[in-house]
Amino acid sequence: MNEPLVHVRDLHVRFVSRDATVHAVNGVSFDLAERESLCILGESGSGKSVTLRALMALNPPRRTKLSGTVRVGGHDIIAASERKMADIRGSTVSMIFQEPMTALDPVFTIGRQIAETVMRHEDVSRAAAEARALELLELVQIPSAKRRLAAYPHELSGGLRQRAMIAIALSCRPKLLLADEPTTALDATVQIQILLLLRRLQQEMGMGVIFVTHDLGVAGEIADRVAVMYAGKFIEEGPVRGLMRNPLHPYAQGLLGATVHAGMRGERLTTIPGAPPNLERVPQGCAFAPRCPHMREECLPKVPDSRSPVPGHAARCVLVPDAMSQAA
Amino acid sequence: MTEAAATLEPLPDIGGPAQPLLTVRGLTKHFPLKSGFFGRGAGVVQAVDSLDFEVRKGETLGIVGESGCGKSTTSRLVMALMQPTAGEVVFDGRAVGGRELPLKEYRRQVQMVFQDSYASLNPRLTIEESIAFSPEVHGLARHDARARARDLLAAVGLNPDGFARRYPHELSGGQRQRVNIARALALRPRLVILDEPVSALDKSVEAQVLNLLQDLKAEFGLTYIFISHDLNVVQYMSDRVLVMYLGKVAEVGPVEAIYAAAAHPYTAALLASRPSMDPDLRRTEPPLTGDPPNPINPPAGCRFHTRCGFAEPLCSATVPPLHAAPAGQQAACLMVVPESGHSRAPKVAA
Amino acid sequence: MFFYLIRRILYAIPIALAVGLVCFMLVQIAPGDPINAIVPADAPAEVVEQVRRDYGLDKPLPVQFALWLGRVVQGDLGRSLATGRPVTADLRSAVGNTLMLALVAAFIGFAMGSILGTIAAVFRGSVLDKLAVGLAAAGVSIPHYWLGMVLVVFFSVTLNWLPAMGAGPGGSGAWEWNWANMQFLVLPAVTLSVIPMGIVTRTVRGVVMELLAQDFVTTLRGKGLRRGGIALHVLKNAASSVLAVMGLQLGYLMGGSILVETVFSWPGTGFLLNSAIFQRDLPVLQGTILVLAIFFVVLNLAVDLVQTALDPRIRRA
Repeated sequence: MNEPLVHVRDLHVRFVSRDATVHAVNGVSFDLAERESLCILGESGSGKSVTLRALMALNPPRRTKLSGTVRVGGHDIIAASERKMADIRGSTVSMIFQEPMTALDPVFTIGRQIAETVMRHEDVSRAAAEARALELLELVQIPSAKRRLAAYPHELSGGLRQRAMIAIALSCRPKLLLADEPTTALDATVQIQILLLLRRLQQEMGMGVIFVTHDLGVAGEIADRVAVMYAGKFIEEGPVRGLMRNPLHPYAQGLLGATVHAGMRGERLTTIPGAPPNLERVPQGCAFAPRCPHMREECLPKVPDSRSPVPGHAARCVLVPDAMSQAA
Repeated sequence: MTEAAATLEPLPDIGGPAQPLLTVRGLTKHFPLKSGFFGRGAGVVQAVDSLDFEVRKGETLGIVGESGCGKSTTSRLVMALMQPTAGEVVFDGRAVGGRELPLKEYRRQVQMVFQDSYASLNPRLTIEESIAFSPEVHGLARHDARARARDLLAAVGLNPDGFARRYPHELSGGQRQRVNIARALALRPRLVILDEPVSALDKSVEAQVLNLLQDLKAEFGLTYIFISHDLNVVQYMSDRVLVMYLGKVAEVGPVEAIYAAAAHPYTAALLASRPSMDPDLRRTEPPLTGDPPNPINPPAGCRFHTRCGFAEPLCSATVPPLHAAPAGQQAACLMVVPESGHSRAPKVAA
Repeated sequence: MFFYLIRRILYAIPIALAVGLVCFMLVQIAPGDPINAIVPADAPAEVVEQVRRDYGLDKPLPVQFALWLGRVVQGDLGRSLATGRPVTADLRSAVGNTLMLALVAAFIGFAMGSILGTIAAVFRGSVLDKLAVGLAAAGVSIPHYWLGMVLVVFFSVTLNWLPAMGAGPGGSGAWEWNWANMQFLVLPAVTLSVIPMGIVTRTVRGVVMELLAQDFVTTLRGKGLRRGGIALHVLKNAASSVLAVMGLQLGYLMGGSILVETVFSWPGTGFLLNSAIFQRDLPVLQGTILVLAIFFVVLNLAVDLVQTALDPRIRRA
């Protein structure tokens, strides 16, 4: 099969309400190969979570307007009926969330919540589904797994809850795992455990993974590729090493400079002045231009094309030299 | 005294630079758990247990720890927002709540900034009214209080003409946090407790607020207690660091010493848990397994022994005292205490 | 769980005792000497004294209460002043009639309310939602004695479809589950059901709406569950708070139907209370209130236990 696991072209997501239309995602295109891990990095309101949810049509159904192309594992997500989507969700693609306390149903046991996912997608008996639930809890390294099957979410610690959430997501061996800030709500010593677990499971199960995070450290720990999102667009995309060491876009440079690293004591932090644009109107030209220290006249009339100075690393900025255009 | 209250100028330094601004001795807070009608105590949450530390004049003391370690309880105890079960807080040589330093006067000198910038502001007051509120309560004339509010707005980088008459919901998270900082400074305090002040902010805004906090500290001659779960931010902000685990001090000392040569295994694990920014330095094994235990009926002896890689039978029986460690900090670990009986404890040269 | 059950039942005992005390004190608080309700006003003094001794009214109040309580526990609520029949016998048939009416009304109200509330929450903001909210508002605000009379005028007088009053051909004693009897139940039950219908609609709408906005519903969609599967989760989450409201409403239906039972001459507790009030029949009044109050206590206990069984977050220590 030549088609990549995820194929997104010119994705637009708008939220329409009586008062306003919010243009949350404004033309996102990317591919994800099987077994690859992509990290979408951005600040609040950048559209990173909305993009992630669009991959399984999980944004609020009646307010959301999607356009463009989204193909996941060969399925056309935008054209799929809700019924067809329900078959795809949980089997081909599944998702874990930031806050495992609220993402799990408080009145059903962990075992039941895993088993019902298995039974929904596979023609197995309840006993077989429960046996699978136990295996899954062991897979995500929950101690005394047998006892935890009968536990309710509030009886588990934060780290165990997130492991249970992962067990649910992996219960039908999805080809693609989506993770929305999966470690943000966890303690530091637990966060690294979950990151390492996800990395190991990705390799063992051969999944594609898309992470959404605001934390550069998470990207550095788990991603093959990183995309930086701003005002509903990927403004830069590249391999994790290249992007973290040599960011091309002024916004990505600002974000890395503004993040407190180890050993920055005594230095003054670089900041990005101003605030992100209001997305009730589609930004004309480069959305970052009003905050950019290198703004030029050519930034304003139209959105800069993606330019790629080295293979696989590209940014939407007029300052970036485009070495690849001759090759293309 | 009366004059000071009328103009609300900063209160004078009493004990001189050598005397710590804040001294905490044996501070303890236990929350008993009740279990209904016939309920005898179902247990005790030992949120904070015999805590000793001091904050020196002009420094920033960083407090780090995971959920349940008691850092928020500590800040509320220091603010005198709750009654301690035991222990005392001494401010510039005077016991808080005693005859020399009544609570009202103490509260003028210590202010707090919380994580949730929205919940900390009264939604029905304008920004200017919110900042001017405390000075007015403390006796400053309305006109002067408003003038002070506008000065402070300028000091935190918000144009008073544009912001004074706005309401909290009209501001972004970063702007609201600036307002909270301005409000905390309105009484000219000497100590400001910053409880996760940047945790809810985006990275680019976080940097702005951290820079601002550094500037204000110099401008107003402040002392900070900076509470955060982000070890990089604490390292950036602090002169000294206090590491807490399950309501007790694990390690305390100069930031350089602790970050370069952690003496307590918990501190070492916490530092090693930071995700690397460098993809070539990815970790393969997590430094610790499991979650922090519940502070209800915590483990006996050293509270960390259940998760510690160096634990020996001795550790579950003996509560380790704070002891000087080689790099210049103090750590509560038997591996630091000479002749403690732990196999890795330093031997006293014969 | 077992210990929780025992403890909850033990909790109910002091409440029941307090209820009993209030009922007992009703007679004491009522204006005038209770003896005047028993003997004629012109009776000779020695007769009054004799009756006073016979009824134990010469003893101190705590002793009177203890004696009364002892009789109540054995099922003796005294005799009606108006008819001379034992209160217990009158009450038994009245409670049976009221319970039947209340249960049928509750069934109609709760079923309608649950359906309307769920539809309103799922189609929030739509015409259906507005319709359901409107019906709920009408249900709680239209006075039900007035509604009862309107229904009688329309269905009994104009259309002549349903009987206007009474409890069936055999009177209050001989009920059978056939149309000849059940047609008498229709109008009062429908009348009585509109308030619980309105309140349950509002509650279900609020609870379901809140639940549908929860993160875990997104997780359930993300797992591939269809509407039915998600509905099961939402239902179990909603159950405990909706049941609490339903329990309270059933309690009100038991005690609060005085007006409706009077409008329809339905021989239940409300009807009994109404006549007891007008005839100053204190033993009947006392007994009816006591039974209704105890019923309320038991109902609350039942709701509590069901809630605990449904929601694992409620501690069962």
